Amino acid sequence: MHLDEKIWLTLSFGMIMAFMVITGYQTFALEMGPPSNNELIDPQKVDETAPFNEPGIKQIGENEYEVVMTLQVFSFNPMDIEVPAGSTVHFTLTSKDVVHGFEIAGTNVNAMVMPGHIQKITQKFDEPGKYLVLCNEYCGAGHQVMSTTITVK
Amino acid sequence: MQTSVSQNKVVSGFKDKANKALGISRQDALISKSYLAVAFIALLLGGLLGLLQGLNRAGLLELPAWLNYYQILTAHGILLVVVLSAFFTIGYFYAGLSHTLGGLLPKVRKIAWIGFWTKIVGFVLVVIPILMNEASVMYTFYPPMAAHPMFYFGLALIVVGVWFLAAGAFINVAHWRKNHKGEHLPILAFFATGVFVLLVGATAFVAVEVLFMIIPWSLGWVDTINVMVARTLFWAFGHTAVNIWYLTAVSAWYVVIPKVIGGTRFNDYLTRVVVIALVIMNITGGFHHQIIDPGISLPIKFMHVFMSLAIGFPSLMTAYAMFRVFERTGRRKDAKGALGWIKKLPWGDVRFLSPFIAMAAFAPAGAGGIVQSTNQLDQVVHNTMWIVGHFHLTLGMSVIMTFFGVSYWLVPYISNRVLTPKMNKLGVIQTIIWTIGMVIMAFSMHTAGLFGAPRRTSYTTYGDFSSSLGWDPYMAAVGVGATLLLVAVIIQVYAVFNMMFFAPKGTTEFPIAEVEENEAKTPYMTERWGVWVVVMLIVIAMAYVLPLTDMIVNAPPGSPPFKTW
Repeated sequence: MHLDEKIWLTLSFGMIMAFMVITGYQTFALEMGPPSNNELIDPQKVDETAPFNEPGIKQIGENEYEVVMTLQVFSFNPMDIEVPAGSTVHFTLTSKDVVHGFEIAGTNVNAMVMPGHIQKITQKFDEPGKYLVLCNEYCGAGHQVMSTTITVK
Repeated sequence: MQTSVSQNKVVSGFKDKANKALGISRQDALISKSYLAVAFIALLLGGLLGLLQGLNRAGLLELPAWLNYYQILTAHGILLVVVLSAFFTIGYFYAGLSHTLGGLLPKVRKIAWIGFWTKIVGFVLVVIPILMNEASVMYTFYPPMAAHPMFYFGLALIVVGVWFLAAGAFINVAHWRKNHKGEHLPILAFFATGVFVLLVGATAFVAVEVLFMIIPWSLGWVDTINVMVARTLFWAFGHTAVNIWYLTAVSAWYVVIPKVIGGTRFNDYLTRVVVIALVIMNITGGFHHQIIDPGISLPIKFMHVFMSLAIGFPSLMTAYAMFRVFERTGRRKDAKGALGWIKKLPWGDVRFLSPFIAMAAFAPAGAGGIVQSTNQLDQVVHNTMWIVGHFHLTLGMSVIMTFFGVSYWLVPYISNRVLTPKMNKLGVIQTIIWTIGMVIMAFSMHTAGLFGAPRRTSYTTYGDFSSSLGWDPYMAAVGVGATLLLVAVIIQVYAVFNMMFFAPKGTTEFPIAEVEENEAKTPYMTERWGVWVVVMLIVIAMAYVLPLTDMIVNAPPGSPPFKTW
């Protein structure tokens, strides 16, 4: 093996390790890990199971809200949410039918929402404006209309 | 032509010599020809569907009610990711096995034909429900979306067909090893062994998913399905599949390209180490498709960052190897200065140009892949157009452009014809059009995805969000790229069938580069495939036993089938 190859491979290995260290630090020290909630639900009894028997938005603290939301072909429930600027919103999500995606365009909110699993993701909305919420996992003929908005005032 | 490592004594029987003198036998050639013909017909159909999608997403084409976007997208994915790539890979490696192992055994030929027809019947069964709009489930077919059972029976047959082909390859390789004790497997056959080992490993997962989970469920024998388990099994297959096509392209980079440019190939030992590393570490990479899934704990996801990034290492070794070979070859042709060797490369030869651009594309493609398999970064782009851009770079450029480059000598080789200067020129033009189309398309897709545009979504503006979020110009550019690509597809398909049936008769060489004169002997350890398969299984077990057990033991109540299209 030539010296320049050794240097190249050392740098390659170093880069992979750097990615690992940064990812690990962000995940475990800064709690920036990807949405990975581990709670189960009967996907055929979502409407009867708390908290999804009452989907909606609820204030749980100063500038803090919880949104309990179901995803189903081809809509979100509740639709068209409004929160004041500067609020932190905790989303609790599940699917009533097939696999959906929960994405808020222009933010890092992006989570898979599966039947049988309760997914959670949190976002702080500082900038006022209207945000697009969309399903980013193909879910059927009307997948392209599955969207709603979050208005930050 | 010498095909095994030069330091080893080459023991070649009469059959080997006859085979090399006369070129490929007609019976072996027919197998490869059939596979390549199917591959390029799939390219034509898949490319046509790709254009329809591109124009739809650009907002220029409204699809009729009887042919919806998701039907087209499902067919596009299956035709290009499953048919084109698999059939090309098999046609290419079977020609390679025939050439480097002294012909296919008669029983291997028989197995290859059984596999061919099993796969064809499988594809027909898959295509019928897609055409009837009974299987618009994408090539990932995530439950609890349920297609017509015929779709899944078709998939199962395709897998069985792949197993026949793998068995045939293993039999031929084992036969050669028995008659060449202590020798290293010829390098192309070594790559083929790795590819078929991976194909069996990968399809085993999807076979379990389809046979034991989805088929009983879609027939109504069981009421519900475990969505997470099905999805996890799928990705153990799905990601490996695309990496297999990549490994096929890599084989041409290491073995064929050095010969085309008039050089020797990179260190034999390191080449074999790269193959072994890619085989051992590949299947576990599938998990990075589930980074933002619920039900998988953060430590498991973190472990899988390593499992995925590890695959990057042999690719970085490859990047070094390729440029080392180019530089060495250029310098031997009296190149001056630090970069003079670049001028010595045969840029006007499509057999080099197309694979070279394929390699160059792997730089941004691989970098994007590293970004995507890193948890927090994936969250930004998961399921957006970024991902679509990524696999159009990796598959649409790195893999397919290598296959195109290979086709300009492989098709004449198996057809006992030659590549004319005129056809070479057409190939160069085709390469340039394809490159421009793919660059426009991949760049636009990456950018639109970064701005949040979702993948697998037919034309929609989401009110006026698509313009305020800045997606529109990029999606229009995707339409432009798709148009150029179809032009290149038509030229490429014309070239393949012209070279197969109409080009002037003659002998074409199967280009396999020699190792360097004074290279140290490769340790025999590389040939211990039994050991590598065991190590591969251990790595797979480390990656999958824990999360899969958790998903099965702590499963939610299952899901019934849904038809949502």
